[in-house]
Amino acid sequence: MDFDLSDEQKMLGEQARGLLAERTPFDHLRGLIDGGAEWDEPLWRELASMGFLGAAIPEEFGGLGMGALELAVIQQELGRVNACLPFFSSIVLAADAIRLAGSDAQKAQWLPKLASGELVACFASAEGAGPVMGQGVRFENGTILGTKHPVSDAGVASLAVVQVGDRLALGPLDQAGVTRTKLASFDQLRPHYRLDFDGATAELMPGLGIIPMLLDRAAVQAAFEAVGASEACLAMGLAYVKERQMFGRPLSSYQAIKHKLADVATSIEIAKSNAYFGGWAADASADELPAAAAAARLSAIKAFEMAARENLQVHGGIGYTFEANCHFYYRRERLLAVHLGNRGVWADRLIEATAKAA
Amino acid sequence: MDFNDTPQEAAFRAEARAWLSAHAPAHELPRGATLPDAEEADRCRAWQRELNAGGWAGLTFPKALGGRGLTGIEAVIFAEEEARYHLPKGPFISIGTNMALPVIAKHGTDEQRARFIAPTLAGDLTWCQLFSEPSAGSDLGALRTKAVQAEDGSGDWIVNGQKVWSSWAHLTDWGILVVRTDPSVPKHKGLSFFVLDMKTPGVETRPIRQISGMSEFNETFLTDVRIPDANRIGAVGEGWACSMTVLMGERLGASGHGSVSTRLLKAAATIPDGQGGTLADDRAIRQQIAEALADERGQAHFQARLRTMVSKGENPGALASMVKLASASRNQQMLGLGMEMLGLNAIAALPGDAATPDLQYDYIYSTVMRIAGGADEVLRNQIAERVLGMPGDMRMDKDVPFEALR
Repeated sequence: MDFDLSDEQKMLGEQARGLLAERTPFDHLRGLIDGGAEWDEPLWRELASMGFLGAAIPEEFGGLGMGALELAVIQQELGRVNACLPFFSSIVLAADAIRLAGSDAQKAQWLPKLASGELVACFASAEGAGPVMGQGVRFENGTILGTKHPVSDAGVASLAVVQVGDRLALGPLDQAGVTRTKLASFDQLRPHYRLDFDGATAELMPGLGIIPMLLDRAAVQAAFEAVGASEACLAMGLAYVKERQMFGRPLSSYQAIKHKLADVATSIEIAKSNAYFGGWAADASADELPAAAAAARLSAIKAFEMAARENLQVHGGIGYTFEANCHFYYRRERLLAVHLGNRGVWADRLIEATAKAA
Repeated sequence: MDFNDTPQEAAFRAEARAWLSAHAPAHELPRGATLPDAEEADRCRAWQRELNAGGWAGLTFPKALGGRGLTGIEAVIFAEEEARYHLPKGPFISIGTNMALPVIAKHGTDEQRARFIAPTLAGDLTWCQLFSEPSAGSDLGALRTKAVQAEDGSGDWIVNGQKVWSSWAHLTDWGILVVRTDPSVPKHKGLSFFVLDMKTPGVETRPIRQISGMSEFNETFLTDVRIPDANRIGAVGEGWACSMTVLMGERLGASGHGSVSTRLLKAAATIPDGQGGTLADDRAIRQQIAEALADERGQAHFQARLRTMVSKGENPGALASMVKLASASRNQQMLGLGMEMLGLNAIAALPGDAATPDLQYDYIYSTVMRIAGGADEVLRNQIAERVLGMPGDMRMDKDVPFEALR
């Protein structure tokens, strides 16, 4: 047994980490927020040129043909720097949806462009409040009718993968019949939109029953993003408490602080371990994926929630300022906690998968 | 990432499986039955003898010392195969093999190694641990049991004091003992380590009446107990280092339990929710069980990561403490939830309901795992200091002679 990332996977992660650390200092994120940026376009182009966008897209469609774990180590690093990119929308969700459900022609039409980054896609599923994803939007006579909201990254996307009941449709966004309305996004580094489809031309993808597997695979990737972000929160909190003096000694020397961060570290290792297994199952075991993905999702939400909140807490008042860096993660954590279904949804999926296996 | 055995591992597993299938069935315990202590001890001893005869005792212990010299991963494989049978195993044997042997091997003399290692591996010598005291638990270095050298020139040590939580002390042959030999120096520096024949005059073992109603732990009173200097392990004053060797064995040996949340999930499906369904449909119950399930799975995968580190020759160190820290609280919480699911029936079940008393016992016992082998708070400190590099706690006893402490 070898339950660890391979040397190649670790190297890929380190390569991504080095580049992202250099390109995404926190002041850069502040600049993007203040400038009302939709995304960090130069970074997107750079990731594309290095092959990161196409990492898990098959070679015949312009990608590098690597697996879920390779994609995952990149996701982990994007989470670590709280990147302002449509990677999760365009690559983790849309490209994987097309790969899983699309016809050969659809794959050939869209995947190379997604891999090269020249085209960005979004994933339109949610329809307002509540944990259940899209149910009301209809597909009729080659057109989509109805409203999806919120949809991440729809501003820079020119294609939407739209959930229509238990099917997935492909709808180009730059056409009459599609209205995009920007919403105020709680995560200031991931824009959200309302998409109104009024007879917009679209085509269904032929794959049936794909959505659960797509969401499981994406849940694993989200877990890696959360793990990377949690590690960043822990590192930030640690650095601060080691530096900060209080009552004549470092804040890090107080048990209340030590025990808090020990609990955070433990949650992160548990979450990372579930994420690793999920990444393995995503490619190697369809039978084990549903439980593995749900467990990865639940423990990643738990770890990131604790890490983001306690990081801000140990910073004290300074953590509540825009100039400190806790808030990026404090906001991103809530996005990851509700994207693709909240805790209750994934708890149900884990219980169902466990009861089935028993 | 690969969950399959390497060819060498697979060959080792096949060898272990073949040997176990020929020898293990005769030693299996009846499931669900509790044996009297003496009989359980005999059965443990017999299985250890069988293991030793087959060359499966002391798997990771160096060959030169009579072990098999295998890697950590091979020991895990053997344990996995062994766990397929319901065999008599536990502290009656493992205190000797996992705690006494490492300290004797590392700090003992050649003569001591020759005298103790082979009989322990063979199941002929069994051990208890005489460490904790009423005033020295997590702060083991505060122990007060005293040893002074006899004035008759024999070199013997005369020991007086009291030890607690010594599992199996009433039935084991020898004990590993840490005592204070010099109160005039700071507390960790004045300790020495001995092995003690439990039949020595002055050794009195009494069962502790525990909150569970059981008495598997003992307190051991030592009154003018005479120990030959030949039974001292390591130099005088080296008792703390010896104790740490023992406790490392304890940490690495700590293992998980069965899945409490799967057990709850099954139970939930049998308990009516008062609305025509069962508690398996109750959102609040499902949520709590699912969170624990995710945690349990993560812990198992984390242990697999730690094993992988060991197999690559890395030392997980205090990372291993996270396993116990996470599991002990979770088990207590889940067993508590299991009682809540039963309602008042959790407190008093009708005769013939065996599951409820089991749950009651497990809930009571769950508190032990948060204290024994490193209390939650000690583990959090270890993780903070050794994994996260945070400062040690401020101490009032540093560099102060033990006799000057209050």
